[in-house]
Amino acid sequence: MPVGSGSWSFTEEDFNAITTALQRFLYDSNARCALLVDRAGQLVATVGEKPAFDPTAFATLTAADFSANDQLAKLIGENDFNSLFHQGEKESMYLADVARRVILVVLFDNRTTLGLVRLKMKSVVDELTQIFQLVFTRGQAGGQAATPNLLAGADDEIDKLFQ
Amino acid sequence: MSMINYASREINCKIVYYGPGLGGKTSNLEHVYGKVQPDTRGKLISLATETERTLFFDFLPVDLGTIRGFKTRFHLYTVPGQVYYNASRKLILKGVDGIVFVADSQLERMEANQEAMQNLYDNMAEYGYDLTKMPFIIQYNKRDLPNAAPVRELQAALNPGWEVQDAARQRVAPDPYHAGESLIEQLPTGEWVEHAQYFEAVAVTGDGVFETLKAVSKLVLKSLA
Repeated sequence: MPVGSGSWSFTEEDFNAITTALQRFLYDSNARCALLVDRAGQLVATVGEKPAFDPTAFATLTAADFSANDQLAKLIGENDFNSLFHQGEKESMYLADVARRVILVVLFDNRTTLGLVRLKMKSVVDELTQIFQLVFTRGQAGGQAATPNLLAGADDEIDKLFQ
Repeated sequence: MSMINYASREINCKIVYYGPGLGGKTSNLEHVYGKVQPDTRGKLISLATETERTLFFDFLPVDLGTIRGFKTRFHLYTVPGQVYYNASRKLILKGVDGIVFVADSQLERMEANQEAMQNLYDNMAEYGYDLTKMPFIIQYNKRDLPNAAPVRELQAALNPGWEVQDAARQRVAPDPYHAGESLIEQLPTGEWVEHAQYFEAVAVTGDGVFETLKAVSKLVLKSLA
């Protein structure tokens, strides 16, 4: 395992816990859609209305947006901005940090208000933080057990893929 | 930072193309974008200036096939080459699984290559990543130009090798892509060194582009195996 790769994986149970929490949040806040993106720009989950845009590209730009804002925060003497808000004429988005590793993005329109979304976001961020902390500690404790299990002995298959 | 999603059965990995300005990093991605089947790639996202210089990054997701029932999805990024964009360049390295250093073969770009290589080492070190211990490929681009430096000179300047201290690894490893050359070798001084794999390329015509991509993806997947 290369130094600093910090790989992680999550199971179907994790995924179910995440989606249940997000579905409840969408119901309570009346927001349209929630996406979870890891800090490296990979999409973890999408809940709610299926987005009309390319979610992979969206995830990458979200992570870049968050990283750029982190640096801006440092320039003005803050550690980070743990949430960001982008307001549009009809559609808006609210982004929040989860466990310093993942970003929760919520898309909403004028069927709800920023205040309600922000209020409901606090508790769902706490809930997600707990879930992800478990995922990450399990990854560290198990010595990335899930990864070797999946690809151990797959050298031949990897070779074949690139013939 | 590869991510395995058991729910959607995907392995996601991040590869970054690094190197001096105008070296051909974006051309590599454009060629991949143009050649792979549209259903196995996503959109090519470019955050560029009006003069088509990369401002923040270019991004292209590609699926390279299935292993053990899991889709292998590679996210390819380039960084801005110009020195004054270091802040945004460093951000892109976050969570990287594999690096391709795209060097400009032209003699007069030698210094720019070395500066970019040093900058890569520095930025990686700031994240606590050790470049010598992760999938890393060097691509010598623009081999078709008349003022291209000989590969031997480029190797000496950019890929002299890092010391192999682990006794178990101190044995000659031939370079599978270049007959008669070795990835791990003993120098006349007795010291063992390991070189990064390298490829020659002409990114604008596509020569060497897929060889580079395949080699780095293979190293990344093997680092997970």
